[in-house]
Amino acid sequence: MANSSSKRVRPLSPHLAIYKPTITMVMSIVHRITGVGLYFGMAILAWWLISASMGAMSFDFVESILKSFIGYIVMIAFTWALIHHALGGIRHFIWDLGKGLTEQHRYKIAWATIIGSASLTALLWIAGFILS
Amino acid sequence: MSYKTPLGKVRGLGSAKAGTDHFWEQRMSALANLPLVIGVLIIGFIVWGKPYNEVIAFLQHPLVAIILALFVINTCVHMRLGMQVVIEDYVNSDFQKVIFLALNTFFCVLVGFSALYALAKINFGM
Repeated sequence: MANSSSKRVRPLSPHLAIYKPTITMVMSIVHRITGVGLYFGMAILAWWLISASMGAMSFDFVESILKSFIGYIVMIAFTWALIHHALGGIRHFIWDLGKGLTEQHRYKIAWATIIGSASLTALLWIAGFILS
Repeated sequence: MSYKTPLGKVRGLGSAKAGTDHFWEQRMSALANLPLVIGVLIIGFIVWGKPYNEVIAFLQHPLVAIILALFVINTCVHMRLGMQVVIEDYVNSDFQKVIFLALNTFFCVLVGFSALYALAKINFGM
């Protein structure tokens, strides 16, 4: 069905590229990107648990990868994505309740998700570095 | 020339009648995940940088093991629903769509069961 009609050149409706980015639009896209990132990140959690179940040698091997420079970037990104996606989810729950839909509130809670996720991630990792 | 009736031609081409369930399961697994994510962040914070023996002892605490197991199950349900929407949005050929939707389910089941297997082994069988 879709294949036969796609051979003809059809008029397109205006899409992503012609709109000026707004914070609500960017946070919507970031919500999806963090979701996809976390999807594959869950494989890292499973991998880490499997290695822990196999013994000290395999655990130390996985930990050495996670504690490399790239490993730290991935772990910090995973933490941020998890917190950001959770805050984005709360934002969606507020909307589901029919609240926070005025222009002013939409922009405020969109900014709150990115500022909240960035500061909570920083707080967690800085606290972790100080305590270790 | 087809001998199908007009009704026969369109049967099965409408909605799958699964949209409301999908929406509701997405929201319920999201709601359940909020406390679980907080638990997992605390667990990760405590465990990060600890030596092997301490990590295993920590993962053997019932509260830690149960929170992790619930998080894994609930997240795998939630992420399967989410990835399904992404695939339906971006994959346009019917054949590829079916393949990716199947791979999506396989991936989520594989990740979920691997993590649960590891947790079970750490807690019952080391």
